[in-house]
Amino acid sequence: MTVTQAPPLSPAPGGPPAHKTPVRRRLVPYWLLLPGILWLVVFFVLPLVYQASTSVQTGSLEEGFEVTWHFATYWDALSEYYPQFLRSLLYAGTATALCLLLGYPLAYLIAFKAGRWRNLLLVLVIAPFFTSFLIRTLAWKTILADGGPVVEVLGAVGFLDVTSWLGLTEGSRVLATPLAVVTGLTYNFLPFMILPLYTSLERIDPRLHEAAGDLYARPATTFRKVTLPLSMPGVVSGTLLTFIPASGDYVNAQLLGSTDTRMIGNVIQSQFLRVLDYPTAAALSFILMAIVLVTVTVYIRRAGTEDLV
Amino acid sequence: MSWARRNIVVIAGLLTLAYLILPNIVVMVFSFNKPAGRFNYAWREFSTDAWRDPCGVADLCGSLALSLQIALWATVGATVLGAMIAFALVRYRFRARGTINSLIFLPMAMPEVVMAASLLTLFLNLGAELGFWTILIAHTMFCLSFVVVAVKARVMSMDPRLEEAARDLYAGPVQTFLRVTLPIAAPGIAAGAMLAFALSFDDFIITNFNSGNTVTFPMFVWGSAQRGTPVQINVIGTAMFAVAVLIVAGGQIISGRRKKRALTR
Repeated sequence: MTVTQAPPLSPAPGGPPAHKTPVRRRLVPYWLLLPGILWLVVFFVLPLVYQASTSVQTGSLEEGFEVTWHFATYWDALSEYYPQFLRSLLYAGTATALCLLLGYPLAYLIAFKAGRWRNLLLVLVIAPFFTSFLIRTLAWKTILADGGPVVEVLGAVGFLDVTSWLGLTEGSRVLATPLAVVTGLTYNFLPFMILPLYTSLERIDPRLHEAAGDLYARPATTFRKVTLPLSMPGVVSGTLLTFIPASGDYVNAQLLGSTDTRMIGNVIQSQFLRVLDYPTAAALSFILMAIVLVTVTVYIRRAGTEDLV
Repeated sequence: MSWARRNIVVIAGLLTLAYLILPNIVVMVFSFNKPAGRFNYAWREFSTDAWRDPCGVADLCGSLALSLQIALWATVGATVLGAMIAFALVRYRFRARGTINSLIFLPMAMPEVVMAASLLTLFLNLGAELGFWTILIAHTMFCLSFVVVAVKARVMSMDPRLEEAARDLYAGPVQTFLRVTLPIAAPGIAAGAMLAFALSFDDFIITNFNSGNTVTFPMFVWGSAQRGTPVQINVIGTAMFAVAVLIVAGGQIISGRRKKRALTR
């Protein structure tokens, strides 16, 4: 399936206009754009401006805050909360890698091997969304409960020994450890990995696989030289759709983790809603935004797919 | 063993599927639980109490109704505004295209907590009262971009000659839009609207920051994770799941029949 861009109906600026379009017609696109763009400017861009100004204010809740260009807030925030920043990037990165590792086989299965089961499998991938994600995240408390069947089996096969050696778990517990938080993050964002992967895999002509086989490529070689390169757009957009929300998430860390697994999202949330230290919260939020935007830009450049949008 | 090696992709894929589905099964099973304490995390005994009294917990059904209401209005707002932007982007050439494209892309490329926090600073600075309206404004804002993307994809794949043909047959611009453009774009608009509804209904982070004391359904679940989780949460989760599956299955059957009829004709 290829999507071809339809040529514009109105003459492109370079092209020779057949006749001069009346002013009213030329204004049509601007009228179409105006309400939506205004909404985004007022409720997306303007808030960022307000947040920028808040981050350089000093004062207290009682006496009010004032812009004093106090940039030191950024430095203080970063030096106090860098462990949470690092942890967020580490957890989000691990969850993204796990999503790719787990999601690729399923996307491949649906795209090439499912046959008449394809639609059913696709529905099953989307189905979890139909139940509120908070309820599903709470279900992991049951699944990973202390002494429950899952934890018992993981302990019996020695999995927990490996993870506790890696510092991911402690003793015979999974809940309230980094492993539980990463499990929840991976679970929550997995469909966002599978769907773009599936879309790009589904576009691959199966005859390319046959051709590779005819040219004596073994299945592993076919995958490495044909399938994987052609699915790269899906890999890139899937990793972005997983990493970006995971890096700012605080739900999994709060519900499945402990105070030792607090991510930067948790800090921003409590600074804003409980501690009410607005300048620090705004600075933290900006640092997170900068980190994510820089990571994403560099990643898209390196991956060489700039036409994602 | 060679069987397992040959089918390794199928096995791995199905294991992933099990990982995705498992929590839904747990939610369903535990909607029939009778927990010992305030938290519904450990199995005790089978009971249909919660199913017979789904609104038996204070504020639960009120929060559900509020979430549905907000999702509905946010969907209407985001779909209208988003579809207009999508039409303008595909069908017209104008200045500042690049800026507008990035303005639409940015909300999707930003962690939700950043948008949530910055919106809260705006509302605090303006002295706005947090509640229904601030939630609605926020939801409309972040759903908008997703609608634009969904509608844009559909309008882009549409043959512009159809509109030219309509105009050649003396249809005015309004008539062309209503009788040709809009019907063809409808699936894209519907997809965008459904996505917006789902995103708004299930949104937690932005709502958490901008709701004040107003309790939506996700906010209720979040609160109950601290105070005690009533079984009724699982009942509502399971019921929503069942309704959505029925809608999807019904849609599949109807479109299957249509295809069959088109083939036999």
